[in-house]
Amino acid sequence: MSKPIIATTSLAGCFGCHMSILDIDEKILDLIELVEFNKSPIDDIKTFTKQCDIGIIEGGCCNSENVHILQDFRKNCKILISCGECAIMGGLPAMRNGISVEECLKEAYLDGPTVTTNTEKILPNDDELPMILNKVYPCHEIVKIDYFLPGCPPTAELIWGALVALLTGSEMNLPYEVVKFD
Amino acid sequence: MTKKITIEPVTRVEGHGKVTIHLDDNFNVAQTRLHIVEFRGFERFVQGKPYWEAPVLVQRLCGICPVSHHLAAAKAMDVIVGAGTGEGLTPTGKKMRRLMHYGQMFQSHSLHFFHLVSPDLLFGYDANPGIRNVIGVALEHKDLAVQGVMMRKFGQEVIKATAGKKIHGTGAIPGGINKNLSIQERDFFLKGADPFNADYMVNWALGALEFFKGYHKANAQFIDNFSHFPSNHLSLVRKDGALDLYHGVLRAVDHEGKKILNDVDYQEYYKYIQEEVRTWSYMKFPFLTSIGKENGWYRVGPLARLNTCDFIPTPLAQKEFEVYKAYTKGKPNNMCMHMHWARLIETLHSAEVIRDLLKDPDLQGDNLVVKGKKCNEGVGLIEAPRGTLFHHYKIDDNDQITMANLIVSTTNNNQPMNNGVNFVAKAMMNGKKEITEPMMNAVEVVIRAYDPCLSCATHALGKMPLEISLYDSNDKLIDRKNK
Repeated sequence: MSKPIIATTSLAGCFGCHMSILDIDEKILDLIELVEFNKSPIDDIKTFTKQCDIGIIEGGCCNSENVHILQDFRKNCKILISCGECAIMGGLPAMRNGISVEECLKEAYLDGPTVTTNTEKILPNDDELPMILNKVYPCHEIVKIDYFLPGCPPTAELIWGALVALLTGSEMNLPYEVVKFD
Repeated sequence: MTKKITIEPVTRVEGHGKVTIHLDDNFNVAQTRLHIVEFRGFERFVQGKPYWEAPVLVQRLCGICPVSHHLAAAKAMDVIVGAGTGEGLTPTGKKMRRLMHYGQMFQSHSLHFFHLVSPDLLFGYDANPGIRNVIGVALEHKDLAVQGVMMRKFGQEVIKATAGKKIHGTGAIPGGINKNLSIQERDFFLKGADPFNADYMVNWALGALEFFKGYHKANAQFIDNFSHFPSNHLSLVRKDGALDLYHGVLRAVDHEGKKILNDVDYQEYYKYIQEEVRTWSYMKFPFLTSIGKENGWYRVGPLARLNTCDFIPTPLAQKEFEVYKAYTKGKPNNMCMHMHWARLIETLHSAEVIRDLLKDPDLQGDNLVVKGKKCNEGVGLIEAPRGTLFHHYKIDDNDQITMANLIVSTTNNNQPMNNGVNFVAKAMMNGKKEITEPMMNAVEVVIRAYDPCLSCATHALGKMPLEISLYDSNDKLIDRKNK
């Protein structure tokens, strides 16, 4: 039997969920014996080269590029997991949702104490930059998501448990204390 | 309820890092740009939050070195609650935070070396990317992979014991710390079975350094010359000039070692540093105000720190520092790839600091928090793994944040990374009309040397997906490649 194939990505997250995957420590060496990694920052594969079994998504969508990548993952993965608070509900970046993008840009580039020399009031607006969305969207509002792993980040044990459950077809143990924002 | 999301028609690759190259009429490189395409808006949306939330909120900028943000924000809040800067805390508070920070330095530097750089060294910079990655290392050099995993784990466990969690902990609070280190926790690190103990980590750090030095010896031409250019260097140093990653005064030297910022108090950092905004990147371009936009840019991180400090206050790292300094005859080191060497000397230093700190009985003290007279403004600086990190907050009488200004480490390296890309483009692209594979590799190698925390400033783990676009003198796109 061929190995199950896993892909991962970080959208509008902080990479903490990927770090938590690495926090399975020695088990990472077992994991790479058991599965094959495709598109993921953990290896160096940057575009999908085949259909994958499991896609792990960190982060929500804050710009047009995040949306494209998420749709690409849905197309190429049989099972999609929202991993961590940002993917599940926007997380900390979604704290900007009550505020206009203009106000956020103004604060960062015009009003701060170290941009007083920006007298020409320059804002980043080049064609090369992807468009910022009006708000930060959780992944399941963009595509269908099959499973949700809570935590900020989900603990290494939880991520490991989820992968083992999926790969062996067994029920996953979700004790109440992990189902929270932290 | 329906939701409308506008999506651009052109699909782009996952391009957190994006490079454009413009050629002149003779197909020589006229202009290069490294675009950073992510924007969060932290400065605005933390406004209105109570000040004590900042250390736990703002660290969520970055899951790769959250401890740096956690501590920089806590240091700013120390000032706000009247606990003074850096050294004002109780011995337990101060030392627990130091232990947390050096734990993070150790794990982050180990991650960078073993997970991101070692594949290039082991397989060669031009090897098939399908093998040239950490999984390839694990499959073909298992001993080294185990070592990398265990070193990172050791640092992460130190963070958990001091901050409560490995990622996004809560240990540092305004004016101090919320726990001490129990004897049991201490002995977990000091007396663990080999290899999981502090002494073993020092030895492994020495081993990693030897591995790099061996590679350097065999590849001196490449390591010494690749993207080598002069620059200013900036970091915190301890008051007596020692390397200090947690606290100090702000110092900058020019490419020849002349002090251009002389050990100033960082509470007034904004008098010395400004940031330029450019239309083509969300990442700003910091510079020393006294020198100006054109020439005032500087480098931060391991290379800069070993250029600004006078000595390293632990014996093994100091010995390595002397060898390192002798290579440039005591002058500042401006060789891009020597960043890896400097980073490994800091890894060794961090292992020594952790080992020595663990033996300090102050960690078992129970006087954890200092209180003082509250004020409404505070600045916290720290040497994060990737360089100097600035946090600056103002609060109102209701204890709500009214202003936040952050200059993250990688932002400080914005101009140097752009110069590095320019250097590589000129060396490899002049006269060419298409982007070659060696060119793509070279751009990636130069950016990776800075270990850009692409989470703080953008995203993606060291090995960022790159899109390179080539334009002719009429701004017409003539080639685009993804890596």
